[in-house]
Amino acid sequence: MRNLRLNSDSRRAARGDRAGALIRTGRILSRLGYLDEQFCQVEDLQDEASPNFAEEVATLFFKDSARLISNVEQALEKYPKDFNRWDAYMQQLKGSCSSIGASRMKSECMSFRDYCGQGNVEGCMRSFHKVKREHGALRQKLEAYFQLLRQAGPAGAATRPGM
Amino acid sequence: MSTTTVTPEPPHVLAVDDSIVDRAVISRLLRSSKYRVTTVDSGKRALEVLSLDGDNVHMIITDYCMPEMSGYELLKRVKESTELREIPVVLMSSENSPPRIRRCLEEGAEEFLIKPVRASDLSRLCSRLITTLR
Repeated sequence: MRNLRLNSDSRRAARGDRAGALIRTGRILSRLGYLDEQFCQVEDLQDEASPNFAEEVATLFFKDSARLISNVEQALEKYPKDFNRWDAYMQQLKGSCSSIGASRMKSECMSFRDYCGQGNVEGCMRSFHKVKREHGALRQKLEAYFQLLRQAGPAGAATRPGM
Repeated sequence: MSTTTVTPEPPHVLAVDDSIVDRAVISRLLRSSKYRVTTVDSGKRALEVLSLDGDNVHMIITDYCMPEMSGYELLKRVKESTELREIPVVLMSSENSPPRIRRCLEEGAEEFLIKPVRASDLSRLCSRLITTLR
């Protein structure tokens, strides 16, 4: 796991409970591989003009990915063994994951596509289940992270941890 | 020594991507580098914008994989048009496929970026391209 800007944590950790909770959340999300460097890139795009950009993108992502997951789900039901179609839908979802840095979810999307390539229906079903699970877990974690950021206020924004 | 064309307004980039998440990220990336951005979700919409306002578009950046009209098809349409062919076109894709990249470059793409696109990719690209505006 790459060490993503964690070196100033010791300074930040001195700044109090909320900031500390934030850092712990960020480190956990990073260490567990939920999010990768791309998420840092997205956060780096925040400035005074767009102070909540990462949260806005995350909101867009969850709305869009719910739709894409539903597309895959319907395709699995309506078009049995249509691996090309299943793969095409999953490719879109994988792309979205990549853009926001959702690494665990992306990895499950890639497994699904591998199983499509092999023509393995059971493998596809299993990995699709994992995609949905990772989606739910990431949503929960990111909601908690952004909530902490909001509670921490401007000071929290200044101590936003590198993930 | 060639002179740098200085535009009175920030350069205008047309970003084409069917993914709402990618449109948000690419447009923020471009705006944070002070470019004006118009985003559209399809090649068809891109051609509509270009037919109305092509003179005012200084670069096109487009996703490769899009339903109906791919980024490659959009590239071809732009390069086949006498009015539009001078506009630099950059392709983006999450798939790193050398044959695909080669095909796009042969068709006249300026560059092919692998997604996710970074700020560093764009700033390198834009400073190179936009100083050679038509």
